[in-house]
Amino acid sequence: MKLYCLSNDPNKPCHILTFREVTMMLDCGLSMQSLLNFLPLSFVPSNKLMNMANWMPCDTSDPDLEGELKENGDRVFVDSPPEFCPPLDKLIDFSQVDVILISNYLCMMALPFITEGTGFKGRVYATEPTLQIGRLLLEELVIYIEQCPKCNFASQWKNFVHKCPYPLNEAFKPKSWKQIYNMNNVNASLSRIQMVGYNEKIDLYGALQVIPASSGYCLGSANWIISTEHEKIVYLSGSSTLTTHPRPMDHHALKNADILIMSDLTQTPISNPDSMLGVLCVVVGLTLRGGGNVLIPCYPTGVVYDLFECLSGKMQESGVANCPMFFISPVADMSLAYSNILAEWLSSVKQNKVYAPEEPFPHALLVKNNKLKHFKHIYSEGFSTDFQEPCVVFCGHPSLRFGDVVQFIELWGNNPRNCIVFTEPDYDYIEALAPYQPLQIKVAHCAIDTSLNFTQANKLIRDLKPKTLVVPECYTQPPVANPNLTELVIGNHPDSTLIPYKWGEVINLPLKRKQGQVLIETNVAQKIVPVEVKPGISLSTVTGSLNVKDNIHKIQELSDIKSKPVKYEWGTLNITEFLQKLSQEGITDAKVESLGGNVVVIHLQAEDALIQLEDNSTHVVCNADEKLRTKLRNIVMQCLKEF
Amino acid sequence: MPEIKITPLGAGQEVGRSCLLLTMGGKNIMLDCGMHMGYNDDRRFPDFSYISDGPISAFIDCVIISHFHLDHCGALPYMSEMVGYNGPIYMTHPTKAIAPILLEDMRKVSVEKKGEMNFFTSQMIKDCMKKVIAVTLHQSVMVDNDIEIKAYYAGHVLGAAMFWIRVGSQSVVYTGDYNMTPDRHLGAAWIDKCRPDLLISESTYATTIRDSKRCREKDFLKKVHECVDKGGKVLIPVFALGRAQELCILLETYWERMNLKAPIYFALGLTEKANNYYKMFITWTNQKIRKTFVQRNMFDFKHIKAFDRQYIDNPGPMVVFATPGMLHAGLSLQIFKKWAPNENNMIIMPGFCVQGTVGHKILNGAKTVEFENRQIVEVKMSVEYMSFSAHADAKGIMQLIQHCEPRNVMLVHGEAAKIDFLKEKIQQEFNLQCFSPANGETSVITTPVKIPVDVSLPLLKAEAKKFSGLTPDPKRRRTLHGVLLMKENSMCLMDVDEACKEAGINRHVVRFTSTLNINDPGPSLTTAHKIHGYIREKLPLCSVIFSEGEISIESVLVKVEGDDDDQKSVYVSWTNQDEELGSQILNLINHMGKV
Repeated sequence: MKLYCLSNDPNKPCHILTFREVTMMLDCGLSMQSLLNFLPLSFVPSNKLMNMANWMPCDTSDPDLEGELKENGDRVFVDSPPEFCPPLDKLIDFSQVDVILISNYLCMMALPFITEGTGFKGRVYATEPTLQIGRLLLEELVIYIEQCPKCNFASQWKNFVHKCPYPLNEAFKPKSWKQIYNMNNVNASLSRIQMVGYNEKIDLYGALQVIPASSGYCLGSANWIISTEHEKIVYLSGSSTLTTHPRPMDHHALKNADILIMSDLTQTPISNPDSMLGVLCVVVGLTLRGGGNVLIPCYPTGVVYDLFECLSGKMQESGVANCPMFFISPVADMSLAYSNILAEWLSSVKQNKVYAPEEPFPHALLVKNNKLKHFKHIYSEGFSTDFQEPCVVFCGHPSLRFGDVVQFIELWGNNPRNCIVFTEPDYDYIEALAPYQPLQIKVAHCAIDTSLNFTQANKLIRDLKPKTLVVPECYTQPPVANPNLTELVIGNHPDSTLIPYKWGEVINLPLKRKQGQVLIETNVAQKIVPVEVKPGISLSTVTGSLNVKDNIHKIQELSDIKSKPVKYEWGTLNITEFLQKLSQEGITDAKVESLGGNVVVIHLQAEDALIQLEDNSTHVVCNADEKLRTKLRNIVMQCLKEF
Repeated sequence: MPEIKITPLGAGQEVGRSCLLLTMGGKNIMLDCGMHMGYNDDRRFPDFSYISDGPISAFIDCVIISHFHLDHCGALPYMSEMVGYNGPIYMTHPTKAIAPILLEDMRKVSVEKKGEMNFFTSQMIKDCMKKVIAVTLHQSVMVDNDIEIKAYYAGHVLGAAMFWIRVGSQSVVYTGDYNMTPDRHLGAAWIDKCRPDLLISESTYATTIRDSKRCREKDFLKKVHECVDKGGKVLIPVFALGRAQELCILLETYWERMNLKAPIYFALGLTEKANNYYKMFITWTNQKIRKTFVQRNMFDFKHIKAFDRQYIDNPGPMVVFATPGMLHAGLSLQIFKKWAPNENNMIIMPGFCVQGTVGHKILNGAKTVEFENRQIVEVKMSVEYMSFSAHADAKGIMQLIQHCEPRNVMLVHGEAAKIDFLKEKIQQEFNLQCFSPANGETSVITTPVKIPVDVSLPLLKAEAKKFSGLTPDPKRRRTLHGVLLMKENSMCLMDVDEACKEAGINRHVVRFTSTLNINDPGPSLTTAHKIHGYIREKLPLCSVIFSEGEISIESVLVKVEGDDDDQKSVYVSWTNQDEELGSQILNLINHMGKV
């Protein structure tokens, strides 16, 4: 069994696991950190972004590089459509992948890169919410980028990365970066997904069974259990033990695995989601009361549902209930609608609401009461008439490189009464804001990441007791930003062997199959005659025709029934008893000769035969007289036990 | 041989209440717990005393409800709260949401309007629903350590499911009611190739071959349209949930398409609430509705408005949906009294009416109806009965059999004559045993044994290596031989040496070597070749290998020794396990020497 690591971002994981000749891809996350090196895309020409100074490495005068890089403050940005770092394609040919298992909608953004134009022929499994909401995320991304086409594609800069200032000089593998896929790719790719339910047993070629178990992180998020009759591998991706809107995490299913692969732990190990939410509510209240606007860059789904619910309550309490909330995304309407029809995937509190019948999320009511207004874009019909300040705006993209958020920064960036609140943990907010600096707008950082923190993860490992624990190498060391916080690691657990892995590695996992399973059918089973050889231990020979179909082995009755069942002799032959039986049968001239050790030869002179006896074997040597041999055989068999 | 036993307490050779008792692997499972709508006395509920004299919870391991129709779940509160069943009850989320509403509706009608006694209370319905565990489609649910169930989409009504049930190596699929063609708001039933030992299918439309639902819908719309065109009023008595929504979608789309202006009213306190269930369980409807629900929710009706009592006397045409469905009380009866005397008006009864209700009377052609206060109402309006239930037709049932490949089929929930017709067809077409027990009659199905046993990989690999080494022959059977080691609760098949080692005993190998002398001048190698050729000829099925002067036939060894003179010694050697073959070869060579 081998594990390949194709992603350098443990929060956008992508692995290949090979086991029993099945090649599985575990998640296909798309690392988007590359975006931060690009200039924001604006659909309204922006003075600031257009007039940014060109930048050239000091000792370079390559004319092809001219205009590709722009400078703002101490940062350099690429003036080109943004590029993404897809999973590593050098270790494995994607056409060889049999199955892709997707854990949650945030871990599938690279799917079109894997399945389209690569010869991929396999199956993709995901839960219904993962597919429906994942579709929204993929579509939003494509729309954001396609609505701001750029005429020039910069490529020369990749040859000069080493001469660029931080952080561009540390960009990860820029030459492998790719332009985004198009909508056709998205649709083709998503059409390959087969929807599955929690605890649905999926058969892979009869060799493996995979089961998605609720992971508590977001709508439809799952951990995957891959098993045979004797082995169990658990792939744990985005998981949460906190109580938010999704169905709680299913611990039980993950227990006692031979191998536990753990990725996608929290990106905010030192902050607590609850207190961050508290800070957020205070900041919003203060800003609105001060007459300022709040801008919350976000994904169109996920924690944002909890924010609507929580903020609307807090705004009521702090007397700013008449300030509207705007939710702007090309998929805002879909996101709000879908979240309210996926009751079966929600926490029991939310689920029970549909029996009332009320919508599980209050945002349907907020929309009805005009507290929450949603639009596809800021240029959509009705927005300009409905728009009123002060207000709260939720919009994408959290990288601040495209989407309507770019326009809101232009609009509100120079007013210190306004506030931008970062809630999504995926991007460093300082880097996200860098191309817009200097800004007057207040900045609050309240990243809310509900996935497991190190304390929770270590506790979980203690409960689950995997034999082998496999984690990204970076989880075995304190975070780069907080090297002295040595408790922020996955430690050693006495019951589990820890194996770290990193990007580009192929590691062997210690799982040796020793047993398989066969099904014994009626007629064969009826012929089983157990012989108790020791108390509690019985043996019986089994012979049948073997039928192998879809990796399922069946033992059926042999077609030629006349052949007698094979038996085996065991134990030691007692010489005295043997000689006695010989004489009973009229053979009295036996001459016993010891050859040393436990080897004894019995000569039967008259019969011209000899019998060599050892502890575990008897050899009868005689001429072609079958009568004699049969007689001797019967005597030998009488002295031995058989099963 | 292991058995599966099925006893219908209802739905055996009839379309009445569904209630089946399934016994397999020592577990007793109740499939549906319906109520008979045609009776007012004890006969309306299944006879639970048949099941067991003692407490029922000790006997029944779980109850599975396929969908919210009362003939499938109507007796559930009676069973759980009055008979006293405390075990788990399984149904889908929409069924769990909607069933209590229908149960409460029925309870009100039976107790409050008809004054029936010995009926469950509102609180009992609530307590009963607390025992319900909701399941999602395709989720594998372990009821206990032995029973596993899994729900499949069945169409029919919102939340209807077929259930696959497994105990040990035995499995059954119970379809409940289903339809194999997508309709206005639901998708088609679907199941994978799960190869159950028994498929229990409904057979309401066992003899209908074409989907006649479309025709009935057309007929319905035509009649409504005609009545409205001539200025008449149409009354459609319905229950709050189920058929009402279906008919609303039907009329809504028709009004839209034909650009009709006559008002449609939906007169229920529940209207919005009821439609909300449908909105929230959109994932259970068909592809089309699911795809478009964000832009336009099929259950947000444009043409259908809330009814007000004062509209009864409004002039001009209108269509009104009113509760209750059997016209025995409430608004629907009030409207009926006003509209019945006008021959321009029409009443459409879209469902079954129990005896004693006004609905039942007029469906039986009563021209006058007398009420308690001596009030006599003349029925001049036209009376229509139309059933819109979505069931699989004969073709659909055959399709389902094809999809899931059962070993046996059982037909329930259908009239005896129709069942017999389909039964014959199934036996002909699929060559499957087909059962159709009557109520109270037990069908016993024997199932083959398949004992799962661990097997050591080296044993399997050795066989696979040997097999792949042979020349490919599609007719060749693979054989596996090993020793089954049984200790405590584990069984493992392995190679004999491994088994002896595991068991801690010594195998004793008994070997025989017989020498025979034959006269054959020339080098011994030539003699060996001769013997080789001879054996190959005589034993064409055995693999005979000739190597370095030795012949091996399976594990029997033949060796020739001697100088170039006449006399040769031939040694034939084999272990006791090959006794048969060894002695056969010895005889062969002996015989050859004499020829």
